[in-house]
Amino acid sequence: MSDELKFHFDVHGDNFTSAGEASVEVKKKLRQLGFPPDVIRRVSIAMYEGEINMVIHARGGEADVLVYPDRIVIVLEDHGPGIANIDLAMQEGYSTAPDSVRSLGFGAGMGLPNMKRYTEEMNIESTVGVGTKITMVVKVQ
Amino acid sequence: MLCCEDELDVQIHNACGSDMMSDVLAFVKDQTALLTGLVNPQVVRTAMMMDMRCIVFVRGKTPTPEIVNLAKDNHIVVLASPLRMYEACGRLYANHLAEKES
Ligand SMILES: Nc1ncnc2c1ncn2[C@@H]1O[C@H](COP(=O)(O)OP(=O)(O)OP(=O)(O)O)[C@@H](O)[C@H]1O
Ligand SMILES: [Mg+2]
Repeated sequence: MSDELKFHFDVHGDNFTSAGEASVEVKKKLRQLGFPPDVIRRVSIAMYEGEINMVIHARGGEADVLVYPDRIVIVLEDHGPGIANIDLAMQEGYSTAPDSVRSLGFGAGMGLPNMKRYTEEMNIESTVGVGTKITMVVKVQ
Repeated sequence: MLCCEDELDVQIHNACGSDMMSDVLAFVKDQTALLTGLVNPQVVRTAMMMDMRCIVFVRGKTPTPEIVNLAKDNHIVVLASPLRMYEACGRLYANHLAEKES
């Protein structure tokens, strides 16, 4: 038996209203498990940004969260359009979101930079036309 | 005042005003209120992720019962103001709810 806890979520791409519910669920679970508030906040913000991105840019996807005593690993995978230029996408203010998304409060181009800001490790694998897989690690100090 | 009147003794030390949620998510500070002209459930979820205790909907925007209930379930105070963002933030600032360096 390994000492990790696993949570799996399907993130539905057709429902903007419910986007973020997986992150809310993870936040609750981490609270019950007694992680420090700062760790919980960083995990939930990073996962929430990624979850919203999957809904607005990639028609949904899947989220897996692995909880270890010393770190939390978040894996977000989608089969959306992919990201052609990852360096560009990581820049603050870069966004391809259309006005319809901006009117919903997203599209500032801050999501990926925020995910980087709040995690210790972040890795993006993306192929245009195939999809995107983002892995993030938050360490528990 | 739209919900959680009983939580009004919560102390707010600073505030953040934006209609773009990722701008809000970029700066974590404790005991913050969120002022926004955006009206959808993601405003409440953003506040939840940030552990914010108060949302002020500006520009006379009225949140739907769905939004208010989501806030209520999460013990977040909801206020609505006819003021525009600039003036609402300005009044809070003038009343010493200055942004403190953390
Ligand atoms: N899962 C994804 N699939 C395809 N493209 C993506 C994905 N995530 C991000 N992108 C691309 O990277 C850009 C930058 O993403 P980022 O999250 O930083 O900003 P945004 O989502 O456009 O706006 P914000 O996050 O501030 O609301 C997006 O505009 C989009 O082009
Ligand atoms: Mg984003």
